[in-house]
Amino acid sequence: MDTALLFDNAVVLLPELVLAVGVMVLMMVDIGRRGQNGSQLLAGLSVAILLLGIGASVMIWGRAPVEYLDGAISDGFALSVRLVILIAGVLGVLLSRNWFPAIERQGGAFYSLHLLAVIGMMLMGTATNLIVLFIALEIFSLALYILSGFYRENARSIEAAMKYFLLGAFASTFFVYGCALLYGAGGSSKFTQIHETLATGGGNPSLVLPGIALLLVGFGFKVSLVPFHMWTPDVYQGAPTPVTAFMSVGTKAAAFAGFFRLMMTALPSFHDQWAMPLAILAVLTMTVGNLTALRQSSVKRMLAYSGIAHAGNILIALVAGTAAASSAAAFYLFAYAFMNIGAFTVTIALERQYGNENDVEQSRLAGAAERFPVLAAAMAIFMLSLSGIPPLAGFFGKFLVFKAAVEAGWAWLVVIGVLNSAVSAYYYLRIVVAMYFQQPEQAGDEKEQPFVPASRSSVFVVVVSVLAVVVIGLQPGLWADLLRGLGQ
Amino acid sequence: MLELAWLILVFPALGALVNLFVGDRLGERGIHVVASGMVVLSFVVSLGLFFGLAGLDEHHRTATVHLWDWITVGSFHAPAALLIDPLSVTMALVVTGVGALIHIYAGGYMHGEQNFQRFFVYLNFFILAMLVLILSNNFVGMFVGWEGVGLASYLLIGFYFDRHDESYGHYADAGKKAFLVNRIGDFGMLLAVFLIWTSVGSVVFEEVHHGAGALTAGAATAICLLLLLAATGKSAQLPLFVWLPDAMAGPTPVSALIHAATMVTAGIYMVARTHFLWELAPVAGGLAAWVGGLTALMAATIALTQVDLKKILAYSTISQLGYMMLGVGVGAYAFAIFHLVTHAFFKALLFLAAGNVMHGLPGGELDIRKMGNLRAKMPTTFWLFLIGASALAGLPIFSGFFSKDGILLHVANFNIPLYLIGLFTALLTAIYSFRAVFMAFLGEARDQHVHDHAHESPAVMTRPLWVLAFLAVVGGALNLPVLLTMEHYLEAAVGAPAFHPNVTMEFVLLAVSAVVAVAGVGLAYGRYVKGPSTGVGRISGGVARLVSPLELVARNKWYVDEFYAAWIVGPLLGLSVWFNQVVDQGVVDRAVNLVGQVSLSLGGNLRKMHNGLVPTYALSLFCGVVALLLWFVIGG
Amino acid sequence: MLSQYFFILIMSGLAVVLPLAAIVMGHFLGPRRPDEIKNDIYESGVETIGETWVQFRAQYYLIGLVFVVFDVEALFLFPIAVAYQQLEMFAVLATIFFVLLLVIGLMYDWRKGALEWQ
Repeated sequence: MDTALLFDNAVVLLPELVLAVGVMVLMMVDIGRRGQNGSQLLAGLSVAILLLGIGASVMIWGRAPVEYLDGAISDGFALSVRLVILIAGVLGVLLSRNWFPAIERQGGAFYSLHLLAVIGMMLMGTATNLIVLFIALEIFSLALYILSGFYRENARSIEAAMKYFLLGAFASTFFVYGCALLYGAGGSSKFTQIHETLATGGGNPSLVLPGIALLLVGFGFKVSLVPFHMWTPDVYQGAPTPVTAFMSVGTKAAAFAGFFRLMMTALPSFHDQWAMPLAILAVLTMTVGNLTALRQSSVKRMLAYSGIAHAGNILIALVAGTAAASSAAAFYLFAYAFMNIGAFTVTIALERQYGNENDVEQSRLAGAAERFPVLAAAMAIFMLSLSGIPPLAGFFGKFLVFKAAVEAGWAWLVVIGVLNSAVSAYYYLRIVVAMYFQQPEQAGDEKEQPFVPASRSSVFVVVVSVLAVVVIGLQPGLWADLLRGLGQ
Repeated sequence: MLELAWLILVFPALGALVNLFVGDRLGERGIHVVASGMVVLSFVVSLGLFFGLAGLDEHHRTATVHLWDWITVGSFHAPAALLIDPLSVTMALVVTGVGALIHIYAGGYMHGEQNFQRFFVYLNFFILAMLVLILSNNFVGMFVGWEGVGLASYLLIGFYFDRHDESYGHYADAGKKAFLVNRIGDFGMLLAVFLIWTSVGSVVFEEVHHGAGALTAGAATAICLLLLLAATGKSAQLPLFVWLPDAMAGPTPVSALIHAATMVTAGIYMVARTHFLWELAPVAGGLAAWVGGLTALMAATIALTQVDLKKILAYSTISQLGYMMLGVGVGAYAFAIFHLVTHAFFKALLFLAAGNVMHGLPGGELDIRKMGNLRAKMPTTFWLFLIGASALAGLPIFSGFFSKDGILLHVANFNIPLYLIGLFTALLTAIYSFRAVFMAFLGEARDQHVHDHAHESPAVMTRPLWVLAFLAVVGGALNLPVLLTMEHYLEAAVGAPAFHPNVTMEFVLLAVSAVVAVAGVGLAYGRYVKGPSTGVGRISGGVARLVSPLELVARNKWYVDEFYAAWIVGPLLGLSVWFNQVVDQGVVDRAVNLVGQVSLSLGGNLRKMHNGLVPTYALSLFCGVVALLLWFVIGG
Repeated sequence: MLSQYFFILIMSGLAVVLPLAAIVMGHFLGPRRPDEIKNDIYESGVETIGETWVQFRAQYYLIGLVFVVFDVEALFLFPIAVAYQQLEMFAVLATIFFVLLLVIGLMYDWRKGALEWQ
């Protein structure tokens, strides 16, 4: 191999490299600081590193895709996913800044794990090799297991971390077994090589289908498809809310990115076999997610089930399996990043109002519009966008995915998706109704609580998210052109 | 200069926003200065556009100012762009010019009103929407303006939403009526745009113009018929004119600006803008001409019997809009727009003068039967109203004479019965306009109380009117055969007419029109000033007896409202009650509730599966694994 | 394709049947005469002293983890050392980067007090 070429193409992984070096710098700064000061410095540094990562991504935007060491590629799809994950990362750091009691002491550990999770997630989108894919999955999973338990004063947080770890490890075993079977089938760990071998009649095709089944378990766990979703509400509710906000978006984007690339570059010739079970999973996921969300009393659990339902929507794009569908999924994830993080940010702000619990009960929202008009308005926008009401960003995400699916001949699946959207509107709008049209139960003592101003960074996050949701909704064409799918 | 065209929209928008947010701190004077100033600035920009356009080559006087790409979905593309051509600039000059004068006048008229600020916010918003309507370079933008002026009209008609009297009922209802009737027209407009998009593949005027050749005659006719429906709604033509008389419930400056000079002409503008489609659909054009002619005639007969000064003017507006519709229907687009311009001058003048009368009489009296000899108390207003009425009646020299005659000239070439209808309407027009003048300002004071308390209006309410009066007199000069030819100027936008009258015919018809107008004034003079015993009075009495069977019908506005109530509103109400009680509550509600209950109970059961125990979760995961493996191994 | 799995099925069957058979046969064939010593917990023949459920200190795991990391590092470095003559510049740089990463990790652990036995 030509050494110079290796360094030349390393630019493919430039964002990841920037972040990796950044993590090391961050750790060095952390051990260099004295006592308990300087955690704000670490937060600033993390944001700077992530912004550098975004800069690096933008720099290599539009280059002809090059594969690096048979393991990673930076095509339009990878860059789109990177952008979503980096944005989620920046917003996540901003939210965490003032949230944790322990952040002063353990800021270094928190932010480096956060950045490591971002690195792992970005690698998921770039991986073109089963081994890289698995390593990427484990990097961000391990980081997230620890981050979910970072609120150590809260028993639920620890419980969430434990459950997430146990079930995650369980699912990873199936995933790695699936990788092994696929390697056995195609004789290579490289996606394109597997495809070539199998398409030309070589390899061991009988191993492919069990391999897909087991890989599906791993991916299904990460993006929380039914019936691999059971951990989601407990972990989302228990994990510190800023972490939930970050991982709800980041995990979904990363795992879907890997899922799309694997299925569409390594196994397109088996599309007929895997499309139908995925369609059934999508129906199950949307239906169970939406129906269960109807009966939740906690805002965070409701958002968790809504996240499950959204995973079902994105899965429809994978079922369609076309280039247009993958770009629709990238757009969907981009829109989802802003509206979901925005919703969680408002939840954080409300947590502060209602006494620093790690959750908000829906019953507390009654009459919130009068006490917190700005927060309520922002929340209303996020809810409307999540339920897919035009002209907000969420609508166009759904629209593009459904359109791609119809074009690929999956009209019945889209019909079920639209019906599910109608059901979902019920629980999203219930929040809006509670905030605007209901009276608080104990009006007296609610009002006497002093108003706790939201932190500046969370105000920033809310403003950015609202703007993004509205602007993306008003100018969907611009973003749809920018975010590319596979093979575009 | 043309690149700055966007400024024309920015000023009124700015005015509305400033008054909306800080208006309460500015005080009446401040609000008035901001609102009027912004419209004046818009007018200055329009002038700039006019001269910028004049500098261009005569045959290429169009420019598109692209602002941004507004909607791009698939192959559907609607830019936010302004089309600057002679037609839109003429309209913009009228809207901002007349609009500015009316804004200035309204400062005096609305003085001391409780909702002064709200009024000017709405008024500026209206100007903005109207400019969007006339400047957009595509159907979608025009539709946005179209709906925007509808909204402004609704808000301003119902401006006194808490009032209610015999003449208008609840004022808020008048606004609703206007809005609902207009919805029917808007429906036609939307369908027409959809049809254009599906058949031509673009919504940009220029592209539709070039692509129109591909249209079949049937498609073009369908589109034009739908556009005609839209125009009858906005421009108050048969059968949708019923909202305009009720719209007089709004403050008088609103009646002058929106319901006489600008908004109601939007339908005419729209037809002129889409002239390339109408040229492909002669059937639709003929229908438009007949709709216009009959509307003109019917509204003129109703105007003869009305006793409320503003309602007389309202019906005369419908009648004059009928002339314009007649003009565009026969393909005389330039003359229709010419009449639109002169009509804007003299009708705004008449309305504002009527506003002065209303303002100067106790209790805002508008019943001309209680007036008489107001000339003594308000001489300025008398002269202003007289000039306006002369222009409306089409007396020679005044602007209305030239523009109306231009339309009739083309109609005579098109269809003789229609020409006769137009001519007869011209006679009626002269009669009813001078009936108003004579009954209100001359003769004896019929109600001493009213007469005693009458007073002239302040200068801020008369000075802008002199400008309008000047324009109403000399406006005809805009289209003098040799000097200034607006007709020729507009050709770049609406195309040259196919018909060129010879000079003899032109002069003969001019003379006929002049005679008819003078005769009309004479008849009115005989009946309302001299009395039936005199010689002139006997003639007009005879004419009156001749048409007396019509009078009852006309007095009751041809029973159109009653017809709608009995045949459309009534059955619809019955149907909606049936739908509400039987279909909605009985079937739909129950089905929806059932779905809701089933969903909730399913959700509740699913929630119970989440018992928080890791083994349960792992079991669920494992069941998934087994199911997937079975599917792939056995099913695959 | 099913035929390939058929052998697995036979193997699974045998795996269940053989031990079961041994246990069942022992149950029926063997004589049973229990006494005190036979019922005692078998623990290398020595009686236990104190609690059998001892809690280890968390520190033990930390140090154990750090040890495992370097154990694995040694495992990775061994083939590199063997093939050192054939390696390119890039591989050497990659190795150095790999070691550097672990060194930074160790420094972090050390500075954070993970290696101190409290």
